[in-house]
Amino acid sequence: MAAQQESGGSLSAVLSPEEQAGQDRFNQIIADDSRIEPRDWMPEAYRKTLTRQMSQHAHSEIIGMQPEANWITRAPSLKRKAILMAKVQDEAGHGLYLYSGTETLGTPRDVLNEQLMTGKAKYSSIFNYPARSWADMGAIGWLVDGAAIANQVPLCRASYGPYGRAMVRICKEESFHQRQGFEILLELANGTQAQKKMAQDAINRFYAPSLMMFGPPDSDSPNSGQSTAWKIKRFSNDELRQRFVGMIAEQVKVLGLTLPDPELRFDAETGTWIHMELDWVEFKAVIAGNGPCNAQRLQRRRDAHNEGAWVREAAAAYAAKMARKTEVA
Amino acid sequence: MSAHDIDHSLDSFGDATASATRVTPGNALRPEDIAIQQEKPTDLVAQYAVRLGDDALILAQRLSHWISRGPELEEDIALGNIALDQLGHARSFLTYAGKAWDKTEDDLAYWREEEDFRSLHIVEQPNGDFGVTIMRQLIISIYQHLLYTELLQSSDPTIAAISAKAVKEVDYHRDHAIAWTLRLGMGTEESARRMRHALAVLWPYVGEIFEDEELHTALGDVAVAPSTLRAAWDEDFASVLSDAGLEVPTVPYAMARGRRGEHSEHLGFILAEMQVLARKHPGATW
Repeated sequence: MAAQQESGGSLSAVLSPEEQAGQDRFNQIIADDSRIEPRDWMPEAYRKTLTRQMSQHAHSEIIGMQPEANWITRAPSLKRKAILMAKVQDEAGHGLYLYSGTETLGTPRDVLNEQLMTGKAKYSSIFNYPARSWADMGAIGWLVDGAAIANQVPLCRASYGPYGRAMVRICKEESFHQRQGFEILLELANGTQAQKKMAQDAINRFYAPSLMMFGPPDSDSPNSGQSTAWKIKRFSNDELRQRFVGMIAEQVKVLGLTLPDPELRFDAETGTWIHMELDWVEFKAVIAGNGPCNAQRLQRRRDAHNEGAWVREAAAAYAAKMARKTEVA
Repeated sequence: MSAHDIDHSLDSFGDATASATRVTPGNALRPEDIAIQQEKPTDLVAQYAVRLGDDALILAQRLSHWISRGPELEEDIALGNIALDQLGHARSFLTYAGKAWDKTEDDLAYWREEEDFRSLHIVEQPNGDFGVTIMRQLIISIYQHLLYTELLQSSDPTIAAISAKAVKEVDYHRDHAIAWTLRLGMGTEESARRMRHALAVLWPYVGEIFEDEELHTALGDVAVAPSTLRAAWDEDFASVLSDAGLEVPTVPYAMARGRRGEHSEHLGFILAEMQVLARKHPGATW
């Protein structure tokens, strides 16, 4: 799912000759549009920015499993149940690649997990909204995964090799997720009155939060510049939001449903899509922990972790016993 | 023949169009393939398929609850995958059974009443902690592996074909359960204690798995009489327990009669959750 758009950090002022050589080589790789690999020298701020962005992305995948897992046991047909299970499993897989990718920057998974559970690390705020109806499985696939893809396709070219490569696989699976979400909505839109109403209601609730997944407006996104210079970020928040809203404005017509945005129109003069003002106060409040489900999502993660502690301890003890056995033999 | 022609010629086989959710190697037989095939099972064969399907369905429903709650991310994926495999088997068996009565897999899963289900009590048991879930997996995966291996010889080609796909997957389920039983049995004092507890909790429901019914005799070569699997199961199970430092408990058996539609108190809740949305919208498609 979504990497929250953000960046930060600055280069340290004084470099040793070795560091300067590393910095020069780093600058050259960036200028050549080539890839930085884990063993390459990189500025601390680059490492920190990527660690934060990649782990936020991983956390978003892991927390994002919850609203959808909420509907696995109630999926209305066995085929939909199978698809949803596979999708949520994919998300766990994405979380794993991204944690592994982040580990190549030097921070182990248990540290990242700790940051998530203590609330120190952030994740995509949209998952702090509840998945209240089956149609939300469609809206999450179509809008939330759709916004994630718009964010993530450019990340396939991110300057950090392990991130870019992870994103290639993730984007392939996400685009399948988006299509299945759209298909859920299409089926509902062509179904009974109650199903159609359910679909429209889900779109109404997820539209604005999905637009906010691209992060604050460019005018209020002070850290984007550095990420762009490092070629982690290729397009601005507003550019990506534009691209996305234009796409869904067309797709919603196929559904025969509407987007809850009376101001939405294509402005031929500027060649851009105009959409309604988004509620950035709510966005910040949800990020700060005040969304409807923040507490629930984090508690579920902590519970799973704490209740699994004895299992991990046993596995470690068993592995140690086996290692000793091999040594003795 | 061009590559495109080859692709095209494979279109009618399960493999080429393998499940939208995962590609299964070998002659993957999907529920969609079964739904369009001509052969209809007899009423008796369908009743047998319902038993196999219901066990897999209820187990899948139980296991799927672990997704996003596992002790490690890897286990969210592993248990989710096992649940998905079981759901796949359930869909195939129920689709096949339904053909005898002009019903779909969803008709059978969502619109039957509790007393019409034929699942075993052991699959209905709550997940408990990870140890209980693993022990239930060990018990069932050893049984299902023996069962599906025998069913490869079933004189009913569809039952044999579904079993051929299922046995490959259940082989992994068994490996997973054995690996964890060893880790937990031999890991720490606490994990061994929890595994002994899991055994005591689940053992009462083991007997039901191997009870024969008249149906098995009547079906002859189509079915496998469960009692014929007991000796091999006992041997395999005892061997894993012994490697894990565990013992078969001495606890009373339970009169479990799921095959007659007399279920544990848990099944009502499982079905209430599973069926609620479908039943709220009769006639709707999803």
